[in-house]
Amino acid sequence: MTFLKKLLIGVAAITLLGVTLPCRAETPKDILVIANRIDDITTLDPAQSFEFAGSDLIRNVYGKLVNFDPAALEKGYQPDLAESWSVSGDGKTITFKMRPGVTFHSGNPLTAADAVFSLQRAVKLNKTPAFILTQFGFTPENVEETIKQLDKMTFSITTDKKYATSFVLNCLTATIGAIVDKKTVLAHEKNGDLGNDWLKTHSAGSGAYSVVNWKPNESYTLKVNPDFYPSTPAMKKVIVRHIQESATQRLLLEKGDIDIARNLNPQDIAAISTNRELAVDSDLRGRIMYISMNQKDPILSRPRVIKALKYLIDYKGMQDSFLKGQYTIHQAFLPMTYLGAIDDKPYSLNVAKAKALLRDAGVGDGFEVRINVRDAQERIEIAQSLQNTFAQAGIKINIEVGTGKQTLAVYRAREHQIYVGSWGPDYPDPNTNAATFAYNPDNSDEAKATGLLAWRNSWPLPEMSKATKAAVEETDRSKRAAMYKAIQREHQERSPFAIMFQKIEQTGRRANVKGLNIGAAITAVSYWPVTK
Amino acid sequence: MVVQRFGAVCNTLLTVLITMTGLLFVTFIIGRVMPIDPVLSIVGESASRATYEAAYHEMGLDKPLLVQFLYFLRDIARGDFGESLLTARPVFEDLMRVFPATLELATMGTVIGVLIGVPLGVIAAVKQGTWVDHLARITALIGYSMPVFWIGLIGLLVFYGKLGWIGGPGRLDIFYVDTVPAVTGMILIDSLLAGDMDVFANGLSHIVLPAGLLAYYSLAYISRMTRSFMLEQLQQEYIITARVKGLSESAVIRRHAFANVRVPLITVIALSYAGLLEGSVLTETIFAWPGIGSYITTALLSADMNAVLGGTVVVGLVFVCLNIFSDLLHRFFDPRTKQ
Repeated sequence: MTFLKKLLIGVAAITLLGVTLPCRAETPKDILVIANRIDDITTLDPAQSFEFAGSDLIRNVYGKLVNFDPAALEKGYQPDLAESWSVSGDGKTITFKMRPGVTFHSGNPLTAADAVFSLQRAVKLNKTPAFILTQFGFTPENVEETIKQLDKMTFSITTDKKYATSFVLNCLTATIGAIVDKKTVLAHEKNGDLGNDWLKTHSAGSGAYSVVNWKPNESYTLKVNPDFYPSTPAMKKVIVRHIQESATQRLLLEKGDIDIARNLNPQDIAAISTNRELAVDSDLRGRIMYISMNQKDPILSRPRVIKALKYLIDYKGMQDSFLKGQYTIHQAFLPMTYLGAIDDKPYSLNVAKAKALLRDAGVGDGFEVRINVRDAQERIEIAQSLQNTFAQAGIKINIEVGTGKQTLAVYRAREHQIYVGSWGPDYPDPNTNAATFAYNPDNSDEAKATGLLAWRNSWPLPEMSKATKAAVEETDRSKRAAMYKAIQREHQERSPFAIMFQKIEQTGRRANVKGLNIGAAITAVSYWPVTK
Repeated sequence: MVVQRFGAVCNTLLTVLITMTGLLFVTFIIGRVMPIDPVLSIVGESASRATYEAAYHEMGLDKPLLVQFLYFLRDIARGDFGESLLTARPVFEDLMRVFPATLELATMGTVIGVLIGVPLGVIAAVKQGTWVDHLARITALIGYSMPVFWIGLIGLLVFYGKLGWIGGPGRLDIFYVDTVPAVTGMILIDSLLAGDMDVFANGLSHIVLPAGLLAYYSLAYISRMTRSFMLEQLQQEYIITARVKGLSESAVIRRHAFANVRVPLITVIALSYAGLLEGSVLTETIFAWPGIGSYITTALLSADMNAVLGGTVVVGLVFVCLNIFSDLLHRFFDPRTKQ
């Protein structure tokens, strides 16, 4: 039996191995460690980046001409690398004066040449987010004339027609408005790519931090810029790790191996809320959740049916149950904190009223309808809630679940009946949502305006399209806000969109970590005010 | 003799080539007929028509399918898997980063699995029907049927969260990351090469739980297979002969019965190892382990076909290589194939 005994001892020894290896917790005082889902980052080039995690990184690495102050987001854009600006009489030319004494991470001084280069570069590269700038009439061909340097510290941009100054400046706060270090970037140019390839994985900015490294789907590390012009940030290093799972993020946070967890689900938020060492912050974000009805459908295009469906949604029930802490009721297309946002909530679940409307519309006996929804938990639950409340008025919903891409393909091809959608604003100006929810100049199939939600739902709206267009040209800020309010009220009344919720983001943090601002609905996260 | 051997090598190579081409073709076709738009996943929803068209041409999607496939084969022959849409880096570079992580984890898991699973199976067979056998069976069944997701989280909660015995999710504590030069991409080996025992200990404290879990899963399989192989051998007449000759029980089991189990066991172990090398998506997700499983899954969900095809080639190669390797081991252990 000695052989068996030896075996048994071997098994026991191996099982015990690996049991006692100590490790330390607590992050150092001047290093900020964050868990976040960063697998959406595909590039660090501000002229190309168009994802959440990417704009988080870029906001902390690059300065912009005008920017949101994390301590006072509600004030709107403030001077950043541009110290001041003036607008010409015809409203088409804005002249910027650059802030003196600012240097890039490389040590190169920042001048108007860098600003001109950065904006021209973004237009010339013409990557995904380029539309934010090219909507003002800049093209790769004319950009040398329309964006030009006047002297060492001043330059001007000239738009193709008069636009609201607030519209132009709001757009310059977007990621694509980041000012890059011309000399450094050009030193890494390859085959006329304006440094695009190099900037995918490196940084050349003047912001609070510079990029040490980025490992896709794994982590990125930033190190402090001691010469950051407002003041040197307290955190010398920021490390963001890609942690997919909420439960894993929570464990790391509880153990003190990370300072901030950005993707905790409601259960984990509830569980840590009693922990005194931890705190939870809630912020409104820009994403809104809606359902829309394809106007090609003979039944769904009846105005009374549209209205009835808006009364068949259990907004409150969803908000208070499975969307708790994740979404709040919001029924207009501009997220709160945007210029011109309204808080009107005209709709609530009212089955009797809906039934009367359906009867008047000639479908009192109900009908069957297909609803397309992507395979995300919360959206499927929304579809199920709709299935339940619609059934009370005799409408039978067939839920068709697909991957995000499949569902979107159906939507873009205008082949859906009802679509459960979500929309995040592209840039911090009300036009970003107005121009998609309330703008559709050509409703024909041939127009293929797949970027416009109104087009995707085959909703022709000539009058409202004009109003939306007029709003981007109104230079008076408060008049402009009033115009958006009016458009949204009409939109609530008759559009085939039932806007339901605005996103809330809950962030778990160690109680000693102060000053993190995730940017509300309007911008991205700021690491530089953080202390601990 | 030489000609024969040369023929065998050619045969093997040909099989590998046909298998790989077939694998690539099927994956490629599935990738292309999927009802999703790979261009959209690069340019995003709000891109202008011109931006979209430019990306469409850049990706060669305007060419016929067969041409696209031939281009793809030509590039692979050159070791060029193209660029990943998601990471904006060459897929080859990505694979060189994620595969060592999986290799390290899977190897560790298999080693532990074999070291425990094989003895467990042998004991269970020898002690057939006793409480030892039942205990082994229950242990194996639990390992095989428990969801990795659940058991992984519980493991983390207990050993990392409560007891603090092991490192948390990730391959290293954040402060050790990038402290040793990446030679093989496998942290335990790199840290030994650099002679940095702190990093080695930290890496070990991080890998022990995920590897232990994978090991538990594979040991369940390995021990059950070992047991049945052993039982079969123990009922053979030569075992009785050996016992009648007066050999000790230990010698009977080790030298006679187990020696004959080795060959089929190698196949079982190789398959289980290959399975782990595909990357375990759930384990990788829970332990924030940047391995090939989550790489391929993320790529698949985003229609990042270059990355998916690249990953498939690697997984395919792993299977083929392990098969060849286990064939070689067969020859080594099976006296009938020796001269």
